[in-house]
Amino acid sequence: MAPRVRGATDPAERELLSAGDVARTIARMAHQIIEKTSLGGEPTRPVVLLGIPSRGAPLARRLAGLIAEFSDVRVPVGALDTTLYRDDLRRRPNRPLESTTLPEGGIDDCLVVLVDDVLFSGRTIRAALDALRDAGRPASVQLAVLVDRGHRELPIRADYVGKNVPTSRTEEVHVCLDELDGRDGVYLRREDHQ
Amino acid sequence: MKHLLSTDGLDPAQATAVLDTADTLKRTLLGREVRKLPTLRGRTVVTMFYENSTRTRVSFEVAGKWMSADVINVSAGGSSVGKGESLRDTALTLSAAGADLVIVRHPASGAAHRLAGWLEGTGTGVVNAGDGMHEHPTQALLDAATLRERLGTIAGRRIAIVGDVLHSRVARSNVHLLTALGAEVVLVAPPTLLPTGVENWPVSVSHDLDPELPALDAVMMLRVQAERMHGGFFPSAREYSIAYGLSERRFKQLPEHAVVLHPGPMLRGMEIAAAVADSPRAAITEQVRNGVHVRMAVLYHLLAGEEEAA
Amino acid sequence: MMLIKGVRLYGEGDPVDILVRDGVIAEIGPWLDAASTQELTRQEMTLEIIDADGQIALPGFVDLHTHLREPGREDTETIATGSAAAALGGYTAVFAMANTDPVADNAVIVEHVWRRGREVGLVDVHPVGAVTVGLKGEKLAELGTMARSQAGVRVFSDDGHCVSDPLIMRRALEYTKALDGVIAQHAEEPRLTVDAQAHEGERAARLGLAGWPAAAEESIVARDCLLAKQTGARLHVCHVSTAGTVDVLRWAKERGTKVSAEVTPHHLLLTDERLATYDPVNKVNPPLRTESDVQVLREALAEGVVDCVATDHAPHAPQDKDCEWSAARPGMLGLQTALSIVVETLVRPGLLDWRGVARVMSEKPAEIAGLPDQGRPLAVGEPATLTLVDPHATWTVRGSELASIAGNTPFEGMELPGVVRTTMLRGRVTVSEGKVQS
Repeated sequence: MAPRVRGATDPAERELLSAGDVARTIARMAHQIIEKTSLGGEPTRPVVLLGIPSRGAPLARRLAGLIAEFSDVRVPVGALDTTLYRDDLRRRPNRPLESTTLPEGGIDDCLVVLVDDVLFSGRTIRAALDALRDAGRPASVQLAVLVDRGHRELPIRADYVGKNVPTSRTEEVHVCLDELDGRDGVYLRREDHQ
Repeated sequence: MKHLLSTDGLDPAQATAVLDTADTLKRTLLGREVRKLPTLRGRTVVTMFYENSTRTRVSFEVAGKWMSADVINVSAGGSSVGKGESLRDTALTLSAAGADLVIVRHPASGAAHRLAGWLEGTGTGVVNAGDGMHEHPTQALLDAATLRERLGTIAGRRIAIVGDVLHSRVARSNVHLLTALGAEVVLVAPPTLLPTGVENWPVSVSHDLDPELPALDAVMMLRVQAERMHGGFFPSAREYSIAYGLSERRFKQLPEHAVVLHPGPMLRGMEIAAAVADSPRAAITEQVRNGVHVRMAVLYHLLAGEEEAA
Repeated sequence: MMLIKGVRLYGEGDPVDILVRDGVIAEIGPWLDAASTQELTRQEMTLEIIDADGQIALPGFVDLHTHLREPGREDTETIATGSAAAALGGYTAVFAMANTDPVADNAVIVEHVWRRGREVGLVDVHPVGAVTVGLKGEKLAELGTMARSQAGVRVFSDDGHCVSDPLIMRRALEYTKALDGVIAQHAEEPRLTVDAQAHEGERAARLGLAGWPAAAEESIVARDCLLAKQTGARLHVCHVSTAGTVDVLRWAKERGTKVSAEVTPHHLLLTDERLATYDPVNKVNPPLRTESDVQVLREALAEGVVDCVATDHAPHAPQDKDCEWSAARPGMLGLQTALSIVVETLVRPGLLDWRGVARVMSEKPAEIAGLPDQGRPLAVGEPATLTLVDPHATWTVRGSELASIAGNTPFEGMELPGVVRTTMLRGRVTVSEGKVQS
């Protein structure tokens, strides 16, 4: 199967969020994070954003930028690759590792907000929680996702959801971000049109 | 990738992927209290060493354990291997007993290739941890990882491999890998220690170390084995050392940035002066450290992917 | 009586019939049916007819170099199975090498081999006597006793080992003059081939296999040619494998040395390219050489600088081959594939005609070994010792289907031209339609 270019125009593809929608959604999520973690006032814990590669990483950086803009607080940002902790390694072709970068001060006793683009089965987040355990001991962990498409296979839920999208299992949700794909947008694609 | 038997014909993109993985793993584990990844949980790795090599065996064992694989060591001393069981039977037994990967060190060139042939269709992979005078691919990969770390890039770098090229599996694996990655390789040795047909290898050849030194980005000193010293390949250890040893004087002829590598174990004073081996420009302990990460990467690439339809 | 119908002698001229009576060629000519029928009626005998339409008649082949492994390794080959393989390959005489266990370095062993060969009766089995006691290269074996034994040994060889001591070799050459014998030398300077695993060249070097240099063969051949010239004795060079040896032989023959030489089928076809898999089925001594050596050997055989083809048929047990390269024993099966390889490498490319095949497979080896009743012309009055070959048919080699107990053929799966249909030893059909008649 040849890899498809993400966000390529395709008749079987429906736009869920436009570029403008994406920007507004991320901004709203930044506000929610500030509010819920008391970043505006007296935070009890230092907050760290960890994006899950590939698209969670730029999302986390954008959120951090907006948080700084809205609240004047600079939250450290890092990336947490979950590949080595996945439970489906033997079911998929070998994949290259993405990088894991933790903020200078580490994550011990912090409030870690994991950031990912799409929440689906929850298995990536489970892997991320395992990876987090090996990386340090945060005081608490929260989850922020741009899109929650349902179909959870594990008892995991997000603390911050950009948009809830009802989907069928045969559909795919594609998130495009300017940093990786050259433009912003979220698309729904029907699998059987491949 | 199912086996890693040699670097001859290894796709440079594949080799780079392994080096990138090794690099990521190294950074991931840096400074961690718990150096353990769950990636290969439930996978069984067997090291089968028909030659003593504590350094390579331990490196593979640590790599496997840090990836949570079950690592079993079979040594020629304490098993049916020592009782004359054939390599083929031993391999088939280990495969039947559930080994996902066999890491083999053997004095016979081609032993790893033979193993891979016998294990065809069993789902058990093979890593060559050194076969006779043929290849030692993970050593070449860890050398490349070390060079990349020190020099930034390998493409376009000039690297000398000095010493007993004829009998060296490390040299063969490095020639294939480093040239595939775009390095210029020069082999420096007396004619008696160069392989037949070396003029057709993608390398240059010299019998004189001194004029090569100022243009080198790295120099890899090969071990001189005791049996060669008595095999008439050169008149005496003294003469060899004078002509091909990396003395302090020669070390000073190298550019400031040049790296000194040695696959170990070293004969200090013979092929390398003690002060050179201990200098900060020698990357010898880094080679050992990188060895673990490179072998983790190899295990990851061989064992973490999709299982091939058997 | 037997009538062979529609066969072309040496692949030449029009098809003829051959009438065989009492083990001898009685008549040759077109349409012998009428004449023979008359005679049959008169003598009240039955006539067996062999339809050999489109086939070629050649004198029965003679192999100067066979390892029959009996006594000692009957798990890999016996005189019976080896004889069957030989007959199926078109052979009517084979020379059984001396490196058995115990070594054929005395009259008892050579007579045993000779007698077993007679009992089996498929081919004439001539034991080769060892040159030195135990093949150790130190002390001459009792060459005269072996020569005067029932086995009548004329060919002596330490094959598998080189008679490397120049003085021992000189003495052996001199001594066999009185026996009308010949020393068949396995030319390999042992000091140059310590631990050697494969042809010393680029391929072996890349694969980390210790080299067997061409000079190790050529230097011994040169030395022995000089000794043969000096002593006036006869020298035969086993399994010539390098272009350099061909040069030495040409030079020696030009200056009147009594030297003959053989080449194996595998050295006429295979090269060290085969090393790449490390499969020891390709391990042989001397080793497979390069493309250019192969080409020179083919031309030398066609030209006569190399006199004949000999198989070096060497059966080995699976456990001695299905192992690491360096642990494997050298050698390959050859008796049943020899003719096809000669057809493939010489007849098809036009280097040799069928009369040439008769020369290199039968006449020359019989002459070298001094066999009076083998390699004879296909003519009236001569022994009916012959082979009928279908030149147009092809077959696919399967080690498991060969008559040898061992299956170590390097030609596995290859489709080869030339099929032996009938083999006849002094009028007795040993192979009919590809089946052994025991």
